[in-house]
Amino acid sequence: MSFNDIFLIVPNPFLAGLIWVVGIVAIMYFARSPAHLAIISVSRVIHNAMRLTSRAVMGAEDRLNQRNREVLLEQGREAVERIIEREFDRVDGTVRRDLSEYPALHRQLSEEITIIDDDYKESTEVPPEPPAWVKAVDAVAKIPGKDPMVASILEDIHISMVKANTQAIEAYRKSSHKRHEHLKTMMPHWRKVKSVLGQVDKNVTSLLARSTTIDRHMEEYENIISKTDRAVRSLSSSSLTQFFISLLVLAIAIGGAFINFNLIARPMAEMVGGTSEIMGFAINNIAAMVIILVELAMGLFLMETLRITRLFPVIGALNDKVRLRLVWVFFSILLFLALVEAGLAFMREMLMEDDSKVVAALTGTTEGGYADATNSYLWITTVAQMGMGFVLPFALMFVAIPLETFVHSMRTVFGLMGVGTLRAIAWILRLIGNVVRFFSNSLVQIYDLIIFGPLWIERIIKSKHAKDDAATDASSVFLKKGASNEL
Amino acid sequence: MSFRKFILILFAFFLLSCSEQPTGPNNQGVYMLVDTSGTYTKELLQAQKIINFTLSKLNPGDTFAVARVDTGSFSEKDIVYKQFFDDRPSMTNKQKRKFRDVIDKFIKTAKPSSYTDITGGILQAIEYLNEAGTRKKTILIFSDLKEELKKGFVRDIPLQLTGYQVIAVNVTKLRSDNIDPREYLDRLEAWELRVQTGEGEWKVINDLSRLEPIFN
Repeated sequence: MSFNDIFLIVPNPFLAGLIWVVGIVAIMYFARSPAHLAIISVSRVIHNAMRLTSRAVMGAEDRLNQRNREVLLEQGREAVERIIEREFDRVDGTVRRDLSEYPALHRQLSEEITIIDDDYKESTEVPPEPPAWVKAVDAVAKIPGKDPMVASILEDIHISMVKANTQAIEAYRKSSHKRHEHLKTMMPHWRKVKSVLGQVDKNVTSLLARSTTIDRHMEEYENIISKTDRAVRSLSSSSLTQFFISLLVLAIAIGGAFINFNLIARPMAEMVGGTSEIMGFAINNIAAMVIILVELAMGLFLMETLRITRLFPVIGALNDKVRLRLVWVFFSILLFLALVEAGLAFMREMLMEDDSKVVAALTGTTEGGYADATNSYLWITTVAQMGMGFVLPFALMFVAIPLETFVHSMRTVFGLMGVGTLRAIAWILRLIGNVVRFFSNSLVQIYDLIIFGPLWIERIIKSKHAKDDAATDASSVFLKKGASNEL
Repeated sequence: MSFRKFILILFAFFLLSCSEQPTGPNNQGVYMLVDTSGTYTKELLQAQKIINFTLSKLNPGDTFAVARVDTGSFSEKDIVYKQFFDDRPSMTNKQKRKFRDVIDKFIKTAKPSSYTDITGGILQAIEYLNEAGTRKKTILIFSDLKEELKKGFVRDIPLQLTGYQVIAVNVTKLRSDNIDPREYLDRLEAWELRVQTGEGEWKVINDLSRLEPIFN
């Protein structure tokens, strides 16, 4: 039975359509109240379900946010602890290196000061004592009269005085010279004292600078311990920055690994064959990839044993003797692999040259001519490839640093993304709930619009009934009033 | 769901996805039939070019055989030279050089045959390539495709060419084709029908400067 068979109740399509419309409108009119109730209740159910789901999602978002905050603070605490620990190590180093020599410096300083003191004492000026017989001149000078004998004596005394004076001046000059010599010898000691004090000042200043840095980190640490919002914001921002920077560096490292892969993939076919495939990958490519991954692993372990990264707590917890032995083991393996890579890179160049010769011979170019043309500069690319083959494994070793940062910051970034996603879901759910709620109101209005004809008739009938009822009420009131008046 | 379970499920998915990938040798087998009948021996220098081109494109692990088409081609004796290339690229290059030298000698000393048993040659190629077990199988027919069988030879045999690519190269026009080109077209159509009936893929390459489709 086709649609037309059902639709065409009567042969005239217009009439059939009209009958259908009237029938549907009549059914809708009679089912109006239950239909309104159904629409409103369904919308209410959907709205409430969306609201409840949204609330649940927001709860999950809140828990995730809380968890993120805890993780962020914990990571921040660990990072700041590491920084403070390193600062204290530096302070310890400074104290050991510089201030351990302080007793020696003190002794040196005391000795210098003693020498300066002695020199100073030696350089003090002592005025020359007048000759003891000068008092006798007074006695002679007091002899009365003008005795020529006295004059002669005084003359002799004068000559003696001049002589004594000359001797005294000479002696004074000599002693002054000696004092100046002492003062001269004091100069290097003064300079040495100044230098020693300058060194002490420098050491103390460096310690003061370190202490300022430690103070700053301690303040940050206290903020983290207090779980302040400022600390969380700062850590979050820092984590995002670190994530993107480490991502960039890792992308660069992947580029390096790709070049490394191309250097060794082809010559690996000489060792493991290049025809078989495992899971869609050529076996020589897999072997090359494994070598690069082993190099990366060795690099990671080397950085770990050097305590530059802290990805493996087991390695970090080893005692120093074992750790240092492991450093040499990992370095040796890495060196061996780097040498292997350099050899493979050399082999790659040889193979490529051989391939070129074969292709040239098969396509018509003579082998000799080709070889003569290439040999003049071939050694440059060979050496460059060997150098890259040797250096890249060591360069890839440093991937451990951005990798550690990436792993640590990834937790925060994924957490933030999770929070954002949950918020978006909650918002969409609430939006859908509200849209359904208001749409149901519109649907009710549209429903009434479809059956506007019967509703209009109903309104007219109702208003007519209302008028009749009002008239009946008025006449009955009038009759009642008349009856009461008669009574 | 714990984190460990999640990782296990991921690993299981990885293994399942891996199982869809092909495992084993990814090699190619090429069997070239060289028509040495009548006047077609003049075209052997063109055949040499195609052989050299094929050699330059083959990789370690591939296999290549060149066989002549003569009175009775369903025979190992008609194989001029065959080679399974070594896994190691350096050894492969040595083998390619030797292959080229042998073909050079063959081109110089080839004698024309009285009949042209292309079907026998194809049957021999199928046998060889099936035995080689290569992933891709290609039969090159260097001929004018005019089959002339000696009396008594039965070659009305259906060909089983599933997974095979059959390429006719340098299909020259005969004098009679020039008089009535329908002969040439009918000949090509007949071979195409025969190959496709055997579930093989049919191609014709007459421009020898554009041989790349052989390896596409």
